[in-house]
Amino acid sequence: MSEVAIKVSNLKKRFEKIQAVNDISFQVKKGEFFGFLGPNGAGKTTTIRILTGILKPNSGDVNVTDINVLKQPSKAKEKMGIVPEISNVYMDMSAWDNLMFMGKMYALPKEQRIERATKLLKRFELYGRRNDLAKKFSKGMKKRLLICMALLNRPEILFLDEPTSGLDVESQRIIRQIIRKYNEDGITVFLTTHNLEEANRLCDRVAIINNGKILEIDTPETLKLKSKKIQSIDVKFDKVVELNALKSELSIKSAKKVGDLFRLYTNDQHTLFCKLVDYVREQDLRLLSVKMLVPSLEDVFVQVIKKQKMGAK
Amino acid sequence: MDRGILVKDFMQQIKRALAIAKKDIQNYYKRGPVIIFGFLTPLFLLMSFLIGRELEPSMLIPSLFGMTVFFSATSIGPAVFPWETRTKTLERVLSTPITLWAILLGDVFASFTFGIVFSIVPLIVGIVLNVSILHPLILIIVIVIGSFCFSSLSVLLSVPPTDQPHQIMMLSSLIRFPLLFISGVFVPLSQLSDFSRFVSYISPLTYFTDISRWITTGVSFLPVWVDVLVLCLFCVALLGLAIILHGKTIQKRL
Repeated sequence: MSEVAIKVSNLKKRFEKIQAVNDISFQVKKGEFFGFLGPNGAGKTTTIRILTGILKPNSGDVNVTDINVLKQPSKAKEKMGIVPEISNVYMDMSAWDNLMFMGKMYALPKEQRIERATKLLKRFELYGRRNDLAKKFSKGMKKRLLICMALLNRPEILFLDEPTSGLDVESQRIIRQIIRKYNEDGITVFLTTHNLEEANRLCDRVAIINNGKILEIDTPETLKLKSKKIQSIDVKFDKVVELNALKSELSIKSAKKVGDLFRLYTNDQHTLFCKLVDYVREQDLRLLSVKMLVPSLEDVFVQVIKKQKMGAK
Repeated sequence: MDRGILVKDFMQQIKRALAIAKKDIQNYYKRGPVIIFGFLTPLFLLMSFLIGRELEPSMLIPSLFGMTVFFSATSIGPAVFPWETRTKTLERVLSTPITLWAILLGDVFASFTFGIVFSIVPLIVGIVLNVSILHPLILIIVIVIGSFCFSSLSVLLSVPPTDQPHQIMMLSSLIRFPLLFISGVFVPLSQLSDFSRFVSYISPLTYFTDISRWITTGVSFLPVWVDVLVLCLFCVALLGLAIILHGKTIQKRL
């Protein structure tokens, strides 16, 4: 049994003049919480549609739990649950009827449909409104209903396309908590999001995509560490120190004054910190504050996208 | 692949098609205005036939049967695909293990049910006007085949990959009304010119109306077995064509 949940090889998709997905390859491990990040129009939704067998690529291959999505789409779809960005529930059907309909699509026996729908609706705090038409639901409730529909077949992989986009804080919290719990129980999660803080908190690994190409793929922490140029140390001394002298003594190329602090940029925080301690001792200074700053995922994201744009120019 | 698995897969797809039909009926057919329209249309058609004309009821009822089943089975079906493209519910359905042919078959089942239900109207009118049904079993069979055939036509009409239901309804009207005039509904096949009769053979409604006349008068222009056979062939051809053409356009809907 393979440990790979999703395997994507040389995937390409073109819409007339736009190369939406441009030769991407990656793998997602079983049980992994995988984030797919990118700006609007980067190719995230197109990729998710291809992985879920809705859209056909121009070339390349997709395997989901060792099933080829292009050759056996129905079999592959039995293993997946999909939460699209838009609320495409049947508005003139009740929450309950929407779930029963999905249960029939996955060929679940009646007892299972009823049992699972009841549990899911209770878990997502919708059971009391199960007989209400979906069109009467708020945006957050519709999204929760979509997640219930995606989980009804007990999928091995859950695809989530911007699941918390535009929702209130409470709905976001409920959704994140429950998805995290499902992931802990063994479901592989493939998440596309604009919300980098969300990706940072939830994902084991993330891929950054732009213009249909994957630019980076790694754990959020490794990506932050890789982004050496934006590592820095903020330091405050008890006496006046001249900036250029400090740069020279510590052999650093970039530093700036930020209020009464010095921000020292480095690609090796450990070495710089050791030098800083030596410098303080030699100059008979006292350190009033020291703060090691690592970049946020957002910093990394901005840097990676910027780098690609510069490369393109 | 093992034959047993293939049969099981096929049966599962049929069950999914039935679920699609139930969903369609719930969302698009089981609505007050649609049902009222379904009942009123044959009555209006009856009035337009009767007023100012001396028609034998046994000649009238076959035409009414043809028009009612034809209009009922093709009234909503063409709009379902563009509507679901627009609301993105088609994408939701396509993300499940259902095949495209099963989705289309489900849409056909829903239209078919609608056609069958409203065929009761001309039947009641016939009973009221004391029209004798000479072959009740054939009548049931022909309503079933005819309704399925016209329902298949309705999903074929929804092939253009638009998300605007009104565009498809316009196209649908452009095709349905001329078919009504060339199918021997208003004038029996025996009274049509050779050219008109030749043209009428391209319409499935021609064969349905011809059998209906045989059921009430005992006389048909074509042998009844030919009418039934051609209607069956139309069912296969229209549904097959709908599946092939939707297969070609479905990606443009996403």
